[in-house]
Amino acid sequence: MTLINTLFGQGKNKLDSRQQPGQKTLPFVAILVISTLLACGANLLLPESSALYVSTHTITLLGKYLCYAMLALAVDIIWGYCGILSLGHGAFFALGGYAMGMYLMRQIGDRGVYGDPVLPDFMVFLDWKTLPWFWQGMDQFWFAILMAVVIPGLLAFIFGWLAFRSRVTGVYLSIMTQALTYALLLAFFRNEMGFGGNNGLTDFKEILGFDLQADSTRVSLFAITAFLLAVIFIISQYLMNSRMGKVILAIRDGESRARFIGYRTERYKVWLFVYSAIIAGIAGALYVPQVGIINPGEFSPINSIEIVIWVAVGGRGTLIGAIIGALIINYAKTRFTALFPEAWLFALGGLFVLVTLYLPKGLMGLWETIQAKINKPVPEAKDEMKTGVSS
Amino acid sequence: MSQNNANQFSDLKRFEAKLNAPFQAIRSGLRRDQVWPFLLPDESKVNIDKDILLYIEGLNLSFDGFKALNELNLYINKGELRCLIGANGAGKSTLMDVITGKTQCDSGQVFFGQNIDLLKQDEASIANLGIGRKFQKPTVFEQQSVFDNLELSLKANKSVLPTLWAKLTPLQLDKIQHVLSIIGLSKQAYQLAGALSHGQKQWLEIGMLLVSEPRLLLVDEPVAGMTPQETERTAELLTSLAGERTVIVVEHDMEFVRSIANKVTVLHQGSVLAEGSMQEVQSNPEVIEVYLGEEAATPTPPATKKTISAPNISKVSLINNKEEKA
Repeated sequence: MTLINTLFGQGKNKLDSRQQPGQKTLPFVAILVISTLLACGANLLLPESSALYVSTHTITLLGKYLCYAMLALAVDIIWGYCGILSLGHGAFFALGGYAMGMYLMRQIGDRGVYGDPVLPDFMVFLDWKTLPWFWQGMDQFWFAILMAVVIPGLLAFIFGWLAFRSRVTGVYLSIMTQALTYALLLAFFRNEMGFGGNNGLTDFKEILGFDLQADSTRVSLFAITAFLLAVIFIISQYLMNSRMGKVILAIRDGESRARFIGYRTERYKVWLFVYSAIIAGIAGALYVPQVGIINPGEFSPINSIEIVIWVAVGGRGTLIGAIIGALIINYAKTRFTALFPEAWLFALGGLFVLVTLYLPKGLMGLWETIQAKINKPVPEAKDEMKTGVSS
Repeated sequence: MSQNNANQFSDLKRFEAKLNAPFQAIRSGLRRDQVWPFLLPDESKVNIDKDILLYIEGLNLSFDGFKALNELNLYINKGELRCLIGANGAGKSTLMDVITGKTQCDSGQVFFGQNIDLLKQDEASIANLGIGRKFQKPTVFEQQSVFDNLELSLKANKSVLPTLWAKLTPLQLDKIQHVLSIIGLSKQAYQLAGALSHGQKQWLEIGMLLVSEPRLLLVDEPVAGMTPQETERTAELLTSLAGERTVIVVEHDMEFVRSIANKVTVLHQGSVLAEGSMQEVQSNPEVIEVYLGEEAATPTPPATKKTISAPNISKVSLINNKEEKA
């Protein structure tokens, strides 16, 4: 017993001083949930004239940001923890979005411009007579949600299985992911694909019978997004604190060593990639009903690169950092593009350069240094470091 | 009547037994003192009837025309502590790469026990068979604590899902604690491995080998960068392991080799030059010729009694380097 006590007793103190990730899970989730509830309440309960009233526009915007945060979480899991820089995660996001978009299209029914009870408008316009096979069943909500999870997961599995089994790593893998999303972009632009071509899917009316324009629907969608983000965050935190998380870090820092210990690293990478793609798919499915449109532009490589920047700014390898990075940058983007629309990409690029040069650990790293300065280094810990290095 | 009754009774019993069978199966499946067979670690049967753990026969490997391994034959007995020595480029590390599955050889055979063909396995399954390796340059997971490094190396089912649900059992915790005290890192257990000194990293890597309970340990230059005291402790540790486990050590430090080895194999240009006790190897004229170059080739009887010491080795490596360049 004393053994365990010493181990854990000792361990706890030192882990505290070492900023073990996962400590802040509960406070963070609490903040997320409380602010969500406050925002919802302020929108639904307060009169519009109140100073604290949150407009539905803001709610929708916040919901969109949370979807981006979920997407950033997905990229952080694969990049920050496993060292696989995916420049194509936008593809999984867009696929999830398309699955949801197809459901919403089928929900329009005969209220479309052409009034066809089954065929979406763009198919009537293209003079198609029957529904393509891959649109079958998409009028069922559960099936659409299933597809929003399965299709990105399956694509990630096939891609990951081929790439990781052949031990493709580093820049080559990044370029392949980029090519993947670019190929999908080109494919979805074609009208013959049956996904609405250039215009994508839009003009949605309702989801599960609820009017998409109604305040209550929008607030609910926002609340669901926040809830799912919290759930995924907690699951991911659990995953990263389990022994599997340790193996994943080990793969990042020394893949061949991990292999020599007996871990089949490619399997870990494939499943982590699938997990990450599924999160991205869910984020996409939540994103589409809130913004009301999905088009091939979501596949564009620049989007995927932007996600990487969110994670880098927030601090990779910290799940909270990814979420915060996505929220801050997207808020800045909304503000900035309203003022100087042309300059945004330059600002983003500049930010990336600055963060890489001066904040390699992102905002979370900055926060830790500030905290360390406030707390002042504990002399005991310092001594230990010294003996550790000198002996 | 009574017969009929008895028949009925036995029928009833049989029926009851039938009825109970599935419950019994469930109950035995839920027994807490047992582990389901499919969850048991896969104890692949390594056949070592002949007391030989590792068979290496006719191994050939060349890199762009340079023969790293040349018809190499080597047999390692069970429980042996074998030292491999040889100049730079003699093929020691390459041999380890082939055994652990890192490098594919051109031709030859490597068998673990009599029945397991190592050349057909990948790195992970070779490691799970119980072949552990310590690298020349200490490779530990620097971003993780010493404790986590050891936990990762534990002998366990290393597939994805079992690893996800894995919890440290008290037994494993004891094991880690025990190894921590052996390698003298108990105090640093929760320090990042990257903050350790070079010697400590070497020890941590040895510790990672120990917790994995391997059958065969391949140890590449264990005492490089260690202080004399640390070297001494390493020697003690390795000799204490032999017998229970089989150890192959590659080392340049001749003092160290002399202090641990009862059997030494000298590699030269990818094949075995000599094998035997340190004494025999030192007095082997071929070894002397290779190690001491032309000066020693002229028969000077006292030279055979001279012990081979570290400076000579560096000389040999110099000679060999010249050869390679030429």
